[in-house]
Order: sequence, then C-alpha cells, then structure tokens
Amino acid sequence: MDSNLLNTWERIKDSDIYHSFIKSPTAIISSAILLVIFFCSFFVEFVTPYNPFDPSSLSLMDAFTPPSWTDDGLAKFILGTDGQGRDMLSTILYGSRISLIVGFSAIIFSLILGVGLGLTAGFFGGKYEMIVMRLTDVQLTVPSILMALLVDGIARGLISREMHDEMAIYVLIFAIGISEWPQFARVSRAATLVEKNKDYVSASTIIGVSNLIIMFKHILPNILRPVLVIGTIGLALAIIAESTLSFLGVGVPPTTPSLGTLIRLGNDFLFSGEWWITFFPAIFLVILAFSINLLGDWMRDTLNPKLKK
Amino acid sequence: MSFLKIKNLSVDYPMRKETVNAAKNVNIQVNKGEILGLVGESGSGKSTVGNAIINLIDAPGKVSSGSVILGDLSIHEDPTNIIKYRGKKIGLIFQDPQTSLNPILTIGEQLIETIQTHLNLTREQAKNKSVDLLKEVGIKDAEKRFNNYPHQFSGGMRQRVVISLALCCEPELLIADEPTTALDVSIQSQILDLIRRLTKERNLAVILITHDMGVIAETTDRVAVMKNGNLVEIGNTKDVLTQPKKTYTKSLVSSVPPTNKKISRFVIIEKENKNDFQNNIKILNRWNKRQITHQNLIEIKNLSKSFDDNFFTENIKNSVKAVNNVSFEVKEGEAFGLVGESGSGKSTIAKLIVNLYQPSSGDIFFDNICVTKIKNKTEMMKFRKQIQMIFQDPYSSLNGRLKVKDIVAEPIRLHNPSITNSDLNDYIFDLLESVELSQKSAERYPHEFSGGQRQRISIARALATQPRLLVCDEPTSALDVSIQAQILNLLKDLQEQLNLTILFISHDLPVVRQMCDRIGVLKDGKLCEVTTTEDLFIKPRHEYTKELLRLMPKIESIFE
Repeated sequence: MDSNLLNTWERIKDSDIYHSFIKSPTAIISSAILLVIFFCSFFVEFVTPYNPFDPSSLSLMDAFTPPSWTDDGLAKFILGTDGQGRDMLSTILYGSRISLIVGFSAIIFSLILGVGLGLTAGFFGGKYEMIVMRLTDVQLTVPSILMALLVDGIARGLISREMHDEMAIYVLIFAIGISEWPQFARVSRAATLVEKNKDYVSASTIIGVSNLIIMFKHILPNILRPVLVIGTIGLALAIIAESTLSFLGVGVPPTTPSLGTLIRLGNDFLFSGEWWITFFPAIFLVILAFSINLLGDWMRDTLNPKLKK
Repeated sequence: MSFLKIKNLSVDYPMRKETVNAAKNVNIQVNKGEILGLVGESGSGKSTVGNAIINLIDAPGKVSSGSVILGDLSIHEDPTNIIKYRGKKIGLIFQDPQTSLNPILTIGEQLIETIQTHLNLTREQAKNKSVDLLKEVGIKDAEKRFNNYPHQFSGGMRQRVVISLALCCEPELLIADEPTTALDVSIQSQILDLIRRLTKERNLAVILITHDMGVIAETTDRVAVMKNGNLVEIGNTKDVLTQPKKTYTKSLVSSVPPTNKKISRFVIIEKENKNDFQNNIKILNRWNKRQITHQNLIEIKNLSKSFDDNFFTENIKNSVKAVNNVSFEVKEGEAFGLVGESGSGKSTIAKLIVNLYQPSSGDIFFDNICVTKIKNKTEMMKFRKQIQMIFQDPYSSLNGRLKVKDIVAEPIRLHNPSITNSDLNDYIFDLLESVELSQKSAERYPHEFSGGQRQRISIARALATQPRLLVCDEPTSALDVSIQAQILNLLKDLQEQLNLTILFISHDLPVVRQMCDRIGVLKDGKLCEVTTTEDLFIKPRHEYTKELLRLMPKIESIFE
C-alpha cells in the first residue's frame, strides 16, 4: 500500500502539471493563501480563542474596539471588535466557513446538474439536446442575482418564517447553483461532442458497451479538464454571489453571519468611523476570490494544450 | 561546387528531463538542378534539417553547431541574413495546403504581397508576374482565379498556389516538406511532375522531405536517409535503394510494400537477427476456432448512405451520397480490400458494416442475418461480438484515461460476465503477448506507447471478443513503413492462425496488394470493380483502376 502511494507520488512529481506548478509563483502563492484560509475556516474552533456565537463569552464593554495597532486598540482583538463586542478575526473566519460551504455546495450542485445535462445532451443529440441547450439559453438571459432573488422569494413564500432561518442556507445553495449550471452544461456538451466522435468511443460501441457506461466511464473522465477549470472560477463566482445575496439581506441570517452578512452589518457603521467592521470582511473576501481566480487562471493555462508554449 | 552546403549541423531541443538531439552532425550538399530526397521515419530529424536551413526551429530548440552555406553566404552567422533569404532565395512548400494559405485574402493579394516584400516592383508588375506564375504551375484561367479565395480551390490546386507562392521571388533553393502527403495519389503525381519540371526549367536546388519511398524512387536524383537525427546514408537514389550499404537503409527498403508482386511476409531485419520470428500466438489455446467454409460471411446489397441531417435544408438535392448503391460480398476466411481515394466512401462502408451508421437504403447480411434490422438487444450483442474494428488513428482510438489492462478487459468482461479475476488477467496477458507486447504493458497508460504499439493494443482489444470479421480502416496509414511492415505481418499471422476474415480498407494500393485476396475499387461512393488481387494489378478493367495503378508511386521503377 505504501509503495503504491509512493508510486503515485512519484508519478505526480514527474508530471508536467507538477513542474508547471513549481515554476509558477502565482500558483504557489495563491494556493498557499487558499490552504491557510481553508484550514483556518474549517478548523476555526481550534484556531480562534473566541466563539463569536456564544453570547456568554461576549462583553458589550469590548464593543467597537479598533484594530490592535491603532491607539485605542487592544492586543487581544487583533482586528478589533464589532458592535456586539465580537472579535472581528474570529467572526470573519466563522463567516468564511459558511461562505465556503455555500460556495462549494452550490458549485458541486451546479456541476452535477450542468455536466449531467451537458453530457447527455451532447451524447444523445436530437430533440433532447435542443431542449436542454435552449433551456441553458433561457437560463443565461436571467441575471444570476435576479434568479437567486427569485428562488429566495419563492422559498420565503413556501417555507414558514420559523423554518426559514434553518432552511436559508439550503435555499441559498440551490439559488446559486441553479444560476451557474448553464456554464457547465455548455462546456461539457461542447467537449462531449468532440469526444464522442473519437475512435475510442466507436470502439466501445462496436464492442457492445452500453451508452451509460460509455458516457460515464469513457467520455466523462475525458471532459473533466475544461469542467474543472470553469469549476474553479465558478467557485469564486459562487462565493461572491453568496456574499452579494447576504449583503442584500436575502442570504444567511445574521445569527450565523457569512462574509456578505458581515459586510452588510459593518456597512451601517462605516460613516460613524468604525471602518474596520466592514473593511476586514470585505478585504478577506477580495483575497479569497482573487486567489481562487489566479489558481483557476493557472489551471486553464496548464490544462489547455493549445496555450502551451 | 555545390550550391547548398550543410556542414556538421546539430540541432538540440533542451527539454525538462533531457536534451533531445534532433539532428546530429548532419552533412548534406545540394547542387543546382537536382532534387535531393530527405527520407526517414517520424522523429528522424528530416523536417528539423529542413527547418534549420531557414532558421525556423521552434523554441526551445536551437542550432547548436554547424553551418549552412547557401552559394557563398553563411546563413546562420548573421540572423538578419535569414530574413533577406527566407522567401527570396529559399522557397518553402509545406505539407498541408489547407493551412499554409491565409483564408481571408485572395490568392492574388497573397502573391502580390510576397512579391512586393522582396522585389522592387509596382503593383501592376507584381500582378502580371503572379498571373504568369499561376499559369506556370498549371492553374487554368489564371486571370480569373487570381481573385479567388483559397477555399475556392481544391487541395491539389491549393498546393499549386503554394508552390507559385514559393516560386514568386525566384528562389534558387526550394524546400518541400512532405508536399504531397495530404493529397490523393492522382494529385500527388501531378504535383511531383510539376516540381520535377520546375527544377529543370528554373535550375533550382530542391530538397524534398518525405517518408514515402515510392516518391523518393520516382522523383529524386539523390537521397539522404536519416534516422534518430543522424544521417545514415547519402548517395544517388538508385544506388542507395538498390544496393543499400547500411542495415537501416536495407530494413527501410525491405519494409516498403512492393507494387509488382505479392510477398508472404515482410522481411524484418532486426528481428531476423534475434532468431525468434515465429510469432507465438498464445491466444490460440482459448480461441474458439471455426472451420473456413468459404461461404459468404458478409453480403452487401444495394447499400446507400447519404448524409442529410441538416436542420434547415431537408431537400434531397443537397444531400451527398457517401455510398451509392454498392453491392459486394466477403467470403469467410478471405481478406477483402476496399480501395479508394479520400471521399470515396470506404470508411463509411466500414462504419455501416459495424453498425455505427444506419444505411439510407440497402441491406447488410452477416452470416445470413440482416444486420440493419436487428432490434433485439441480445441478438445485437451476439453480432457485436463477431465483428470488430481497428481504426486509423492510434492516438484517438484508445481512451487515454484507462490502463491498457482495463482497455483490453472491457470487451472480455462484457462478453463473459462470469470470468474470474485471475483468469481475466491470464486472458489479458495472452492477448498482449499474441500482439507481441510484454506483460508489463498491462499496467501502463496508452500515452506511454508509440503509434505502432498503440495499434497493437487496438488489435488486442479487437481480438478480445474473438471476432470472425476484423474490419481494418487504414490501420497503418498513420505509421512509419517499418512499423507498418510489422503490423501487416502481425495481421497476416493472426488471420492465418485464427481463421479470421479481414475487411481491409486503404488508399494505399501496394499495401492492399500485400494484404488482400480480393479487392473492390471505390470512386465517389460507387464500386468500380471487384476482382481478385492478381487480376486487378495485372489486367485492370475499369478506367479508374488503370489510372490509379499508373499513378501510384512505385519503388520498383528504380530497379528497371
């Protein structure tokens, strides 16, 4: 087993992707930043000394403490506190965990939906393909924020008020996922159209392999590269979409704030001088989205043989 | 005094793991008025040498040593020299006429632009000169066609335009890199005639880079043989081809399928020395061998196929009949050849037989069962098991994401669901050894293999269902001649020992002559004639067959 792992590692080390990664400072830096953010967000209980959602640990006396390097700052609150005395750094990390969970879930949801529809549309063709592709066209005419607002509105109408806060996160995942899937459907359909005319697919057909196995065992692994690339960039978009919706007040409730919620809450204090409450979550969001985009860019350059020098 | 002298030329490509020497100490001289053939297999460095002359080596490659002297000027000493020489003193013809012309400019524009870049002529003079050139390369109505776009020309005509572009500044050296590889036989011979005529008329020095020994034999005065970046042999074409001094040249010449006789096996020189040329077909123990009954295995009746699935134009007028009323039959145990130029519908027939396409009309009978009417799934599986296909392109015919053992295992598992894992492994090993691959190959991925080895994997996969009919769609046209010889030998061995029936599709007449017992000639979707191989080559009846036979490059022409 160990030697197997070692072999795999050797193969990875020998691959072009690894070497291109080693030679690209952007890729290294952005993935390092992302690793730190992911680690701190998912293991936030072990990283931060405060739990901003435990009211007993909060003290209103600490409210509106500026960052530690300013004159009035306290060393124990590095990035200061908000109006309820919550430590900003801890709150941001808790918030980013929610943002990341929503972002990942939404992108996985739209990836499964989009690739599933695109793959089958490209493979079977005919009327089914036409219907699916026109559906993506219709979907693309509706701005994703509007779509998400619409879904949220419908959800509010269907779900009772008490349930809503609990369900909010799922509604959000669905709303963002449903507005992102056309990208995946288009890319995977285009790639499927190329792959299905290759001889290895014909060979499998001649052997007698069923369509389902051809699609998922043979074509799917071969179209994953472009899907992966737009998936990374889509992740950044999903996180931003989540923040936008939360900022607009239709996202996750303030009791479990995400980055967008934090920015909205801090926005109220912006003109009264407490700039840090909105500034730090915002800059955190920018760094997060930027790093994901840089990594996605690098992946696109590496995985696309046409761009190779 | 030679016109072009290449002295100790070396070209290196520093890669991540090692430096690849694409050319090593190559010495070649070319005189005016002669055609030097540069021949070798893929990766031999023949194109590298051609590109090095005009300094078109792509980064990271570079000329690491040596010099190229044109007339009395050393080209590589001063990089600015080459700009003046490229296009002006040295003309270039590339392989693919589709991509070497700019599709959005008329050919007239492209000619005038090139002429005015290098020669000090007015637009009117340049235009007159271009029209003359077009006439010279054999384009009719040159004045009218002057304002046409490249897509309005056929492949052969386009290659003529490319030649006129290469000639427009009166170069003294012409480098033609596989100028006819993308063209059909009939057009190939016209283009080669043109190059030969121009060489004499304009007293050009020509370097003709090609992999085709037939073209070399018929066109060139001298030939240089290259292998792995080294110059193996250089001399008069006749001497090199009839009395090769080096083993490699010998093996290269012996791998070329002769056009005037049928041989039982190609002589593989490296293998003879190893003393184990009897192929050990291990799969024989498992093979459910059938007696050859000499009955019709495949019967095709009035088969037609047209492609008219266009959404907007549903009228029949626009549809192209790829296959038009074709009837023939293949007897069990024989090798039947289908020959035709590109667009003759030969691949379409193959795909119809293996049931990848549905025919527009007509019937295909396999073992007296009408294939096109099978609806039942188990019936279909039975049929699938009996016909397998080998494809032209060894790179796209294997799924790059699967290991070789998984590729070969797929058909076995599908048709014997109850097979145990250890038996499956043995079966895979037997198959791989039958196609002369090692057991270790099973654990590797397709990209670790060369084209010839991939084709062997393809054959192993096709044999895994124990088919009765093997459809080979140009199985060797993407391979080098020596590899082609090995694959053809393998196919012959397999056919004899396993009693396979083979439908062999190719554009390459010499190859078909070696492989097939009977041959059908296709043109524009119609069958011209079907007859035995010997009859076809000795007394062809149809005009088109005669034309094809007359035009095919013959390596034997040099022996006469």
